This record gives sequence, C-alpha cells and structure tokens, in this order.
Amino acid sequence: MNSTPKASSRAGSGARGRVDWRSLGPLAPVVVFLGILFVFPVAQLLWLSLFNDQGAFTSVHYERLFDSAVYVKVLGITFRIAAWTTLLCVVAGYPVAYLLATARVHTRNMLILWVLMPFWTSFLVRTFAWMVLLGRRGAINEWLQALGITDAPVKLIYNFAGVMIGMVHALMPLAIVTMLAVMRNIDQNLSLAASSLGARGGQSFWRVYFPLSLPGVASSALLVFIVAIGFFITPALLGSGREIMIAQVIIEQMEELLNWSFSGAVAVLLLGTTLVVFFVYDRLFGLSTMSATGGIVDEAERRPGLISRFGAYVGGRLITLMGWICDRFSDAVEMLRAPRPERPRATLSRKVLWATGMLVLAYLVAPSFFVIPMSFSEAAFIKWPPEGFTLQNYEMFLGDPIYVGAMIRSFVVALTSAGLAMLLGVPAAFVMARRPMRGKGVVFACILAPVIIPHIIIAVALFYAFAQVGLVGTTIGLVLGHTVISVPFVVVTIMAVLKNYDTRLDQAAWSLGASKLRTLRHVTFPLILPGLIAAFLFAFVISLDELTIALFVSGGQTPTLPKQMWVDAIFKLNPMVTAVSTVVLVFVTSLILVAEFARRRSEKVMG
Amino acid sequence: MTDPSYKLRILGLRKTYGPVVALAGADVDMHEGEFLTLLGPSGSGKTTMLMLIAGLIQPEHGEVWIDGRLSTYMPPHKRDLGMVFQNYALFPHMTVYENIAFPLRMRKVSEAAIRDEVRRVLDVVQLAGIEARHPRQLSGGQQQRIALARCMVYRPPIILMDEPLGALDKKLREQLQLEIRRLHRDQGITVLYVTHDQEEALVMSDRICLMDKGEIVQLDTPDGLYFRPESVFAADFLGESNLLDATVRRIEAEVVHLEGPGGVPIEAPARDGLSEGMAVKFMIRPESVRLLEGTESADNTLEAALQDVILVGQVTKHYALLAGGTEVSATSLTHHRLPRFTQGDPVRFGFDRQSTVVLPVSGPTPAA
Repeated sequence: MNSTPKASSRAGSGARGRVDWRSLGPLAPVVVFLGILFVFPVAQLLWLSLFNDQGAFTSVHYERLFDSAVYVKVLGITFRIAAWTTLLCVVAGYPVAYLLATARVHTRNMLILWVLMPFWTSFLVRTFAWMVLLGRRGAINEWLQALGITDAPVKLIYNFAGVMIGMVHALMPLAIVTMLAVMRNIDQNLSLAASSLGARGGQSFWRVYFPLSLPGVASSALLVFIVAIGFFITPALLGSGREIMIAQVIIEQMEELLNWSFSGAVAVLLLGTTLVVFFVYDRLFGLSTMSATGGIVDEAERRPGLISRFGAYVGGRLITLMGWICDRFSDAVEMLRAPRPERPRATLSRKVLWATGMLVLAYLVAPSFFVIPMSFSEAAFIKWPPEGFTLQNYEMFLGDPIYVGAMIRSFVVALTSAGLAMLLGVPAAFVMARRPMRGKGVVFACILAPVIIPHIIIAVALFYAFAQVGLVGTTIGLVLGHTVISVPFVVVTIMAVLKNYDTRLDQAAWSLGASKLRTLRHVTFPLILPGLIAAFLFAFVISLDELTIALFVSGGQTPTLPKQMWVDAIFKLNPMVTAVSTVVLVFVTSLILVAEFARRRSEKVMG
Repeated sequence: MTDPSYKLRILGLRKTYGPVVALAGADVDMHEGEFLTLLGPSGSGKTTMLMLIAGLIQPEHGEVWIDGRLSTYMPPHKRDLGMVFQNYALFPHMTVYENIAFPLRMRKVSEAAIRDEVRRVLDVVQLAGIEARHPRQLSGGQQQRIALARCMVYRPPIILMDEPLGALDKKLREQLQLEIRRLHRDQGITVLYVTHDQEEALVMSDRICLMDKGEIVQLDTPDGLYFRPESVFAADFLGESNLLDATVRRIEAEVVHLEGPGGVPIEAPARDGLSEGMAVKFMIRPESVRLLEGTESADNTLEAALQDVILVGQVTKHYALLAGGTEVSATSLTHHRLPRFTQGDPVRFGFDRQSTVVLPVSGPTPAA
C-alpha cells in the first residue's frame, strides 16, 4: 500500500535530466519567501559584522569579541550549559521514548500527549511554573519545611541547578519526540529474535536495540544542543547572573546598549558555532542520519571517517561491556530468584522502565499545572500555597489595556501568519512529497533551516532587514517573521500526511472524469483536511508562543503577549502573570489536543 | 509426560487478551524430526501458539514441554529454540557473519569455533562468501536463507517458523518450500511451521494442525485432513469442496444413508456421532465427482443443469446447478474427448460412496 505511490513516483523520474520546471512552480513562493526573509537577512548579518559602513573589511567586532575575556567566558558557559542540558535530556528522555516506542498503540497514543503538551506549551509559561514551584516561597520549599526536612528555604533557583531544571524541562520533549521517531521504526521482532536466539533482556537491548536507536539519540542530541546554545529565557529567569548565555549578550547589546553591529557579530559567532556543531556531527554520524529518521543508514554507504571508525570501535567495546554488565546483573538476580518453568516470570525490568518513564513524564507535565491554582490566589505576591480564591488576577489582566492589546495583537499575528504559512507551505509540501526532482535534499534542508538554527539569529537578522524598510514595530513585520519559522512545520506536517496518501485515489478520480482541480477539491483535500487543520493549528501555536523574534521585531510599540509577559517578568514577577499564563496554557493545550486528534484522524482515514 | 520421544508437548495451553481468547486450551505433541504445520486463517491462534512455545509471551494456563523439560514460563533465551520470523528479523546493523554468530556469542562459544560453525551453516544454505554483507544488500530469498542459517547454527532441538515465506513471490516461495523440506530431511531438524497458505502446508508437512478461532480443529496428516476432514471448516478450508445439505435416514454398520438435496438418496461410510433424522452436510472433492455418460451408474448420483465449463490447463471444471439452486462442481483431467455441452444441458454427476464424507453441522441450522 505504501510502496505503490513511491514506486510510481520513481517511475516518473525515468525521464532523467529533464526537469519540468512548471511542475515545480508551487515550490517557488516558499523559496522566494525564505530567500528574502531568511537567507538574505542572515547573509546580510554576516556581511555587516565583517564590513564597516564604507564597505571595507573590518574585523573590529570580532577582535572585540575575543579581546575581552568576558565573551569567551560567556561562550564557554553557553557550551557548558548546552552540553549538560543535552546530556540530561537524552539520558532522561531515552527511557520515555523507549517506553513509548514499545508500548501498545493505545497506551502510546495516550502517553504521547503528555510529551506533546509540554512540547508545544510556551517556554515562558513553563519557566514561570518553575519559579512558582522552586522559589523561596514556592511549593517545593514549603513542602520541604512542612515535612521538617529543611528549616529554612533552600535555594533551588537562581543558580546553575535552576537553569538546568528549567532548560532540561524545556527541551526534553524535543529530545523524546526526535528519538521516538527513530525508535518507532525499529522492528520489535528484532528484540524478540534476539531473545529467541539466546540473548537475555540486557544483551538484546545493548547489542540490538540500542545500536539501532543511536541515530535517534544522535539527532536528538544535535537538535537539543543547537536550540540550547540559542536559549535565553530560562537562564535569564532562573539563573543567578553567572549563568549568562550568548543569546543574552545579543539581547543586551541590542536592547540596552543599542550596539547593533556588535550584537550582529555575536549572532554571527553563534551562527558559526552552530555550523561547527553541524560539521562535527556530520563527521561523527553523518547528517543523513537526521533526515533518515528511522531508516538505518546502510553501513556500506557510510563514509568510514577516522573519527567514526574510532567511535565505532569504542562503541562496540562499550556495547559489549554494557551487555556483559547486564548479564552479570541478571546472573545475580537469578541467583536470588531463579526463573522456574512452572511459574510466570516477573516482568521486573518493564516495571522499572514504567516507573522511570512515569517519573520523567510527571516532571514534564506537572509543573505547568501549578500555575493554575496560583492564578486564583489572593496573595499580593507569588507564594505557595495559594490563599483564598479570587478572580482579581484575571480582572487585572483583562482590565489592563496593554495586555489586552498585546493579546489581540498576538491573535491577529498568529492567525495571519498561520494562514500565510499554509499558503506557502501546502503547495511546497505537495511538490516535495510527490514530484521527483534533483536536489530535493538541498531544498528540504533550506526549508528546514529556520527551525534548526537558533531563532535568535533569525531575529537579529530580521531586525536589521526590517529596520531598513521600516517594518520594525509593525504587525506585518511580526507576521512575516513568524511565518519564517512556522512554514517548515507546515511543510513537514503536510508531507507526512501526503506520504500516507494513496495517489491512486487521485488517478481514480481523473479516470472517472474529474478535472485536476475538481479532484483536488472533492478527493484530495477532504482526505487530507484533518492534516491541514493540524498543520494550521501548529503554525498558529508557534506564532502565539513565539518570543525571540517578537522581542526584536515588535519594537517597543507593538508587543505581543509573550513579549509583554517577558518584559514584566524581567522587572518583577507580578501575580497577574499567573492568570495570563493560565489563559495561555489552557488555550494552547486545547489547541494542541485538537491538532493532535485531527492529525490522528487523518492517519486513520488514510489507513 | 517426559517421554523423550516427544520433542515438544503442549498441554491445555491457553492465552487471552482481555476478553479475546487467542488460544483456548491447545494440546499438541511433536516427534523428533517431524515437520508439523499450524495452519489457519489470520486470528486463528497459530502465531499465538508459536509465541507461547518460544516464550515470547506467557500463557494463563497449560504446560509447554520442550525436549522433555518443562518450559512453560522459562525465559526465551533459556529454551534453546530456533525461530525464523516472518520478516526474518535479521539485525540490520550487523553483517551476515555477525548475525549468524550472534546466537553463538550469546552461548559464549569461542571465536574460532564460531568461524567454523558460520562457514558450515552458510555451506548448508548454499550462500558461502557473503559473510561481510549487510542484510539490506541481500535479496528476499537470500535473507530468508540467512535467517534459517542463523537458527540452525546452534542446532536447536526445534525450529519454529512463523510464515517464513510470506513475503516472497510465488515462484521463489515454491523453490524455498522444497529447499526447507530438503534441509528438514537432510539435517533431521524438527520444525514447527506456521502458515495460512493451505497449499504450502500440504506440500511441506508431515502433519498439519488446523486451527480456527483459537482452537485446534483437526490435527492430522495432509492426506487425512484432505480426504477425511472432520468438520465443515476443515473440509472448506483445505482444497476445493462441494458441501451439500442432507438428513440422516438410516445408519448401518458400514454405511450411512442420507437424503440429499431434492430427496436424492446418498450413501456414505458410517461415522460416529450420527443419529437418524439428524441434519448434516456431506462433502465430495470436485476431483472425485465425474460426469456420467449415457446409462453409466455410480454409488451416488446428482442430476443438475450445466452452467459453465472452464478449461484450467491440465484440468477442466464443470459447474452445474441442482434443482434447489445449489452449485456443484466436478474436476476432470483435460482430454480432447471430453463431452461438449452448452449451458442448461442436463448432466448427471456421479461419485463413490467411499469419497463421500458426512460432516456434522456446526451451530444451529434451520431444520431441513
């Protein structure tokens, strides 16, 4: 069923070399759009940091960068935080992804919502949640004291640990979703085969499952690392001031010191860092593991680089060692409780896995919900437990013209940009999914690029570009900026939907006398409608939650809701923010649930 | 119970998933060197039984004895069974050599011995020289043989095969059927095979265990299952059959007299469980039915109106309708002297008493 459309598309590529440019026409809008609003601004950023006003080459910004120990140190801190975040996300996320990949379909569908909800819920709201939980008068400290474990409040945030808790929480869903994509394609029969061939659980996991899941681990580590080095919300709100990341320097230079070209240079440094990370990753694992989510890269096709050969050797030893350790451990367990043929085996390892997975999921999901009771508290500042019941926070929120204005603007921007992203993304997805063409990988990488490089780079680049044409501080500017980062999601979502679409249905409609347009209207669109809805809602939520681009592009006059929340949070955390967070949380969560169910419906409809 | 002549013995094995009974108390014995096939439509419980024997799932009730050892709840890696999966389950990240070496490494065999064993088994499946390739680089047939080699390399007492040829095209499938049969005979391995393809089961098996809805319908030799089915399901599932309604009129020592469609008298060999006046069905294989010419007679005859004559290469099929509207078919070897008919011509079908099988009607039927 799946192979047929593929086969037909391959047959279509029989006329090699002759590309029918007209058939690629629908790709043009998105290419032009991203060319003007992504490639050009980023290139310009690079240019500005290297050349002065007269167009002469200058390295002054970079000299300044490396002259002062501060920036080198910040870069070091950024790497340290990103590396720790990556490690924790992957290590703690792996059991969850494994659990989801090996659970029954029904269980998986239920549990995956627990990962997707925090995945889509705003970083900002989740960071507020941690401030509520971990603050001096937060829930954890109150409980610790109530239980008599500590006498005085423990400093849980405004330090490195706080930054870690927040960042891991923010990025682990991304790690899980990426690993899950690979793990779901690992044939479960392989583990069964291993055990039928005499491998114990541990051996079968380390020798068979784990190596096959490595591409997922690698690509999720890459994505988490890349996003983490561009992070600023969490370190700014949960850090001590020592945990300054490079993105914060960019913002500081831009907003407070108004040193645009220097902040551009810092952004270019971040971009360069990103590219170096991609390069190293490619050397180690091959970038193709990224796109081949799940497809095991054929060993024979892999470039046997020196590093990767060394890595393979070490990896092989490591796997043998882990298998051996697990075997010894099982030996010990069996000495205590030997498997007996006449009584059912206990599934201990599975239970441990479930317990671990549930713990991690609780860590991901639970914090956000602490914001909700807080929003009804009468207390004049944020503290746990909430006192009494009042709607005053909501009244304040809805009575504040700045907030109401920001909320309306956010809505308008999100609706428009989601609509624009659909207009650009849907035709492109059709071409990408159906037309044979050369260099598809390159085009796909370009469309994906806005999501896999730190958003702050795009934000700074767009700020420069928009400043030249007076788009800073305008709603149109915001819409365009948000569309740059939501269009990749639309393309990817629709492509996934079209992959399951049997093109013979279209051919059947044509053979029954429907024109191409009528086929699209009466056959194709009704079938992919749930997928279209899901894509639209994802794009909508991305824009609604977006802070980085809004921070730069919206200027002082036209804040979006996240930007307004951020500005307030930087100065003083007002209890009203809990009401705003609750509204955003509930609204976004319901949208995501609708989108997810729409997506599943589309999977079901297509069989 | 620990009779060593049984390679595999399962007793009252039962498995349910919530309200769904996947296997409802099955009993099977297998002798050394036997080729036993679990045959049935999807959802009949055959794969469940295989997974229970392999220990990949755990039963609610019953016992599994492997090679004289009670193994009901033994973990799979301690059972020493071989299993060939439907999609082969070759490890994609390992070479052919590593795949075949895997079970030996798990058994802590020395690397030198592993090298010899891998070479030996690759010779057996006639694929020497492809050790360094990855499974992806092999054809479907080659992957299938490597999967088999990976199983045979540690000489398990029983090899379980779960529809191992399901993914191959017809021609290759037939070729590999014969090859597995040859390996089975030459290597003296005991094979428990699962398939939903009746032809495959007939070609390969010493005995066939026919299953439906989680129960064993009949466990018999291919010959017995084909000629002496014990139920309508068995008669219908295996091969082509004419199944007609009848009522038992008189039971003698050797012969049972039936009243067939339209009151035609039918004779069949007697069998247990029949009583006079009982509604039954009787079955005749199309190849046991012949067209009667002129005044030729037979033990049983049916008069019908010819509907269609189809030439299928070596055989020719005649389809005709009885007065009541039931279709009956007769298959004979194609011959240029076969009588010519046109649609609607009256014909007489004749068949022997010995090839007529009386079957109890399962479930409630409207009184005849």
